[in-house]
Amino acid sequence: MQEKVFDGVKVVDFGWVLAGPIVFKFLADYGATVIHVESHKRPDILRVSTPYKDGVAGVNRAGYYAYWAANKYSVSLDLDQTGGLEIAKKLVSWADIVGDSHRPGVMERLGLGYDDLRKIKPGIIMIRSSNQGLTGPNASHPGFGNHLNGLAGFVDLVGWPDQPPISLIVAYTDYVAPHFAVAALVGALDYRRKTGKGQLLDLSQLEVGLQLLAPVLINYVVNGVEDSRMGNSCSYAAPHGVYRCKGEDRWCAIAVFNDAEWESFCKVISNAPWAQDPKFSTLRGRKENEEELDRLVEGWTINYNAEEVMRRMQDAGVAAGVVQNAKDLYEDSQLKERAYFWVMEHKELGKFSHLGQPSILSKTPAKPYRPAPCLGEHTEYVCRELLGMSESEFNEFLIDGAFGL
Amino acid sequence: MENNITKASILESFRVLDLTDEKGFLCGKILADLGADVIKVEKPGGDKSRNIGPFHQNIPHLEKSLYWFAYNLNKRGITLNIEAKDGQEIFRRLVKTSDFVIESFPVGYMDELGLGYSALSKINPRIVITSITAFGQTGPYKNYKASDIVGMAMGGLMYITGTPEHPPVRISSPQAYLQAAAHAAAATMIAHYYRETTGEGQHVDVSMQQCVVWGLGNAIPLWELNQIILRRVGSYLSGRWTGTKQRLVWECEDGYVLFVVMGGAFGAKTNRGIAQWMQEERMTNKFLQNMDWDIFDMAKQTQEQQDQVEEPIARFFMTHTKAELYEEALKRGIMLAPVSSPRDILENTQLKARGFWVDVEHHELGSTIRYLGAFVKASETPCVIKCRAPLIGEHNLEVYEGELGLSRAEICVLKQAGII
Repeated sequence: MQEKVFDGVKVVDFGWVLAGPIVFKFLADYGATVIHVESHKRPDILRVSTPYKDGVAGVNRAGYYAYWAANKYSVSLDLDQTGGLEIAKKLVSWADIVGDSHRPGVMERLGLGYDDLRKIKPGIIMIRSSNQGLTGPNASHPGFGNHLNGLAGFVDLVGWPDQPPISLIVAYTDYVAPHFAVAALVGALDYRRKTGKGQLLDLSQLEVGLQLLAPVLINYVVNGVEDSRMGNSCSYAAPHGVYRCKGEDRWCAIAVFNDAEWESFCKVISNAPWAQDPKFSTLRGRKENEEELDRLVEGWTINYNAEEVMRRMQDAGVAAGVVQNAKDLYEDSQLKERAYFWVMEHKELGKFSHLGQPSILSKTPAKPYRPAPCLGEHTEYVCRELLGMSESEFNEFLIDGAFGL
Repeated sequence: MENNITKASILESFRVLDLTDEKGFLCGKILADLGADVIKVEKPGGDKSRNIGPFHQNIPHLEKSLYWFAYNLNKRGITLNIEAKDGQEIFRRLVKTSDFVIESFPVGYMDELGLGYSALSKINPRIVITSITAFGQTGPYKNYKASDIVGMAMGGLMYITGTPEHPPVRISSPQAYLQAAAHAAAATMIAHYYRETTGEGQHVDVSMQQCVVWGLGNAIPLWELNQIILRRVGSYLSGRWTGTKQRLVWECEDGYVLFVVMGGAFGAKTNRGIAQWMQEERMTNKFLQNMDWDIFDMAKQTQEQQDQVEEPIARFFMTHTKAELYEEALKRGIMLAPVSSPRDILENTQLKARGFWVDVEHHELGSTIRYLGAFVKASETPCVIKCRAPLIGEHNLEVYEGELGLSRAEICVLKQAGII
């Protein structure tokens, strides 16, 4: 029985910084041969971003890159050199799928646009992740995920009603878009297997991001209502929010939607006298007196560790969860049980936790096959073993500066 | 959707039985956009999730939930009580001719009904079953309850969202299960690829918590390598450079924009662009004018220096609207974006130029509704938005009579017995 879903599938990724490479994380984790093309002259931005091992900068010491790059191969190519470009084209003829996440136009200038690729390799699939798509007046406008958070409407929905919006620290659409992209890409790969036809997938992170705000947008379309930020409140639940617990910056989320959950909640707090107040006995009453209710709830949670609040609430059937920070997650027993972090020995980082996959396929689970690659680690392997270059051919390219060393 | 009718769809010959509630709608929606025949299976009388607002013209009604509309677009719909023996038998018959089942029930529920993977795979070894739950099918928290806020908390996104003066905050429109459902579509397609290779289905076990953790950027390695816990820092960039805070959200005349003063080649172009524009409007100062943006380096920038750069820019932004700022930023190639409201998004020229929006007919409402279009533009197998979300039991006859071959009399009995 075959065990790797994408056994034999060949991918070359010219992309960088997040959305593009994250798409290919899926393929690599499920067994495809994924080659990330970078160069020492122009390394992936994640390789020159914190955190570094021991705080010392270095392209192979960057945890941000490595965290997302398990199971991939890295080839260093200088695409400004004819030799580098020649090898890039050889990789295209070798590949089933080519990826790119630069601004529209960059690949065209290199002669690696979709129309060029299909001449090199008929039936190729090319997937291009960009901020706003390959077409349209704003296609080439530069920006990062942080800008997209705002453009796509997420920032307006974060914060407190009477205060300015708050930006998300993370580039939200960069992490969400790949799920959609992979669904389409894997479908395209199957379609190609059955028909021989390749295609171009044009993925706009803006258009994907909006899919997660569809109800908000349609509410405006139909009712003319513009939803905005409302802190942690939920119009049909109370208490509903995060409550301060014992310790420094410790919080537990609690959500009570109906009377049965309210009764369970009251039992957990040992039927504190205030909870018996009739004004809290109905959802409408709890909503009307929500500010006071939140203060009273917090007066109880502050006496306990967040973990204990969660455990007690959950044991009683009330939805609750610790507001976990990175350290909590690193030690989270649930994530450990599901082996979410893949600990592998990395050449320069040492024992390092690479990110795994958020789901488990019962027969063909994603697996940690190899740690994240050092920059250009597989250049020779890929050229000699996968592209079949002779030693002298490889050395010629080397002397010509094709590898940007 | 120009010329798409003649083109093929990726999943056009595949059928999905979608048993999910709001935790999983989006998964089936994505498969439907890829061309699958997705049948939304809800309990007789309508799914509870039809109570989720907002509602069409603010009329609370099971057939007017915009949440339901948005995420069940492109699906057919039948009613079926899978807790009744007759319902289970009908479900098993449907599984025989289906390729996917998606569900978001509590862990173990489908097994208790005799409809878990081990049972259904005996009926149809090709079936791919996708389960979307809060924490996954295994592990110490597998039976924990989790609404959106609990997911955003346990997945770590809340801890890094907000300001230091306030509690951690979630995104006001629920996201945790949407992330899980989107991921579920990807994982389901991976299982589908394997099934098309080997003929074997399998069980896909999606954890919402893990999907939220997925979006934490460098938070985990930052802890593992440097023992730094990423914290909420309000409207600033954090964690990428040494200590110095870079403002990200800026107030302008009528709202807010996103902009960062940063180094490197990207930063230099944007910084030079904004400085130039400010000079044209006589709003610059000596300090900005004398700046050499090519050597501007965040790694060496002190907070005091950064504040000095940002202060005149903040004053400048207050003299323009977000639309003016964005329009000029587009012309000048400056990295800046508006904090869009829903209206801004509906009016966005880029989305219009790409034909993003799709008007879909709702006969019974006597109107069309403008929906979000395809999530990807695929040149050979374009996504197609075919039809609005199903009414309660809208396709019962089509499916039970037309496809399963039940007689009208049988269907009437099943209806009266509360099975369909």
